[in-house]
Amino acid sequence: MNIPPGQLDSALDTHDLSVFYGDTHAVKRISLSIPRNRVVAFIGPSGCGKSTLLRCFNRMNDLIPAARVEGEVNFRGTNLYAPDVDPVEVRRRIGMVFQKPNPFPKSIYENIAFGLRINGFRGNLDEQVERSLRAAAIWDEVKDRLEDRALELSGGQQQRLCIARALAVEPEILLMDEPASALDPIATSRIEDLIEDLKSDYTIVIVTHNMQQAARVSDYTAFLYIGELIEYGDTERLFTNPAKERTEQYITGRFG
Amino acid sequence: MREAGPARDARFEPRLARRRRNGRMFQAVCLASIAVSLVTLATLLADIAIDGAAWLSGEFLTSFPSRISSRAGIRPAILGTIWIMVLVALISFPFGVGAAIYLEEYAPRGRLTKLIQTNIANLAGVPSIVYGILGLAIFVRYFGFGRSLLAGAATLALLVLPVVIIAAQEAIRAVPSSLREAAYGVGATRWQVVRSHVLPVAMPGILTGMILSLSRAIGETAPLIMVGALAFVAFTPTSPMDLFTVLPIQIFNWTARPQADFHGLAAAAIAVLLVLLLLMNMTAILLRNRYQSKRGQ
Repeated sequence: MNIPPGQLDSALDTHDLSVFYGDTHAVKRISLSIPRNRVVAFIGPSGCGKSTLLRCFNRMNDLIPAARVEGEVNFRGTNLYAPDVDPVEVRRRIGMVFQKPNPFPKSIYENIAFGLRINGFRGNLDEQVERSLRAAAIWDEVKDRLEDRALELSGGQQQRLCIARALAVEPEILLMDEPASALDPIATSRIEDLIEDLKSDYTIVIVTHNMQQAARVSDYTAFLYIGELIEYGDTERLFTNPAKERTEQYITGRFG
Repeated sequence: MREAGPARDARFEPRLARRRRNGRMFQAVCLASIAVSLVTLATLLADIAIDGAAWLSGEFLTSFPSRISSRAGIRPAILGTIWIMVLVALISFPFGVGAAIYLEEYAPRGRLTKLIQTNIANLAGVPSIVYGILGLAIFVRYFGFGRSLLAGAATLALLVLPVVIIAAQEAIRAVPSSLREAAYGVGATRWQVVRSHVLPVAMPGILTGMILSLSRAIGETAPLIMVGALAFVAFTPTSPMDLFTVLPIQIFNWTARPQADFHGLAAAAIAVLLVLLLLMNMTAILLRNRYQSKRGQ
């Protein structure tokens, strides 16, 4: 069994974090710590606030005009919601992979190179593109067709390309919002294997509605219900011996 | 226990024949609608062709207008129309797309934005003569452009601007938000997202709006008369500050004359105007298709 998440070196932690959409209180005063170089899964029924919580970590909620965030998200000793923090810089350091593969309608190469160019990457562009594609386990499939359009790839390949795109700008944390929910089982298992490989270099937070997936890929699991953090702890323990009744009801499929 | 097949069927009355007849009727109505527009257009074209065919010649295109019908041509009017179209496009594209980007990507969602939005839609319905009066006051007199191509083009640009803005807004709004998120997600600023991702994807739609706008501008007469386009021009315009005429004004002038010969000339000029319009639309569609295939959509 893993050490409780709060006792590990933390990559990111939240303190009394709330999110409001207009009058709806979508995330309710959540405090948790994401341990470095571990995989943390957020699970819970639809609308429980797990994606909203995830999107707080790289200030993606800024893009939704009606959303309002209260509380703190601390990353490297800084509150990401402090007034002097630039969300653009945050998003380079904390990358994101989305639910539906969303490659740019450009070439495979350009998909990776875009983030490097806009962030003033000073190394060798070609090498970094290759390294990112290798890290996302898609290099062998695309190395001979880097100038082809990314939209010609299969869904699973597109999603791995999106992971490569996120890795290219060398983030410390990778946020994954149901990254396999639009993929078939084979593509899904490749993404899951990839998450396992990436763990040594990155801290990963993954939102999933698939409990088996959470159990397979994560070290720690947080269960959310109607905006509240019900239970958070070692994945194996949470799935075999949940402390809260709600958690048990959810993981045994009695609601959701 | 459910009843056997026939008993279950008895509870439905499919009336298939009637449903299919309704479908066919609707199809016929739709076909009739398109037939009306096509027949009208064909009649118009045939009429113009019959009246104007005798007058269409190389000389007609390259000669200056004249009181003598056999020597009259539309050289200044064609060149004036081309000048005006290019200038209108150059003016209305940056302002229109700029306004659309601001309204869609930057403007806070509030009452003021809504008010501006409503007003742009209303401006699209203002009679063109009103723009002519505005152009006369502002461009001809206040800015001192005089009765020039520039004054005329600026006036027409104002006239089509609402349509350009609305079309560009629609195109920008149709860009999926997942694409914006992808770009923001790797640390792009708003401007980088707009320039590298939103605009290229929206461009075919924006160009479609431009096509429609220019097609409207090419036929406008009233506002240009207002800003002082001439009915008789005996020289070739060479700069935006020159006096000018355009095809619709030339046509208007000829149709107003009593002699039948001039009506033929007008028909020939209309044919030229239509061809010009067709060429312009074709160019824009080619441009749009090239954009689309390049983006892979």
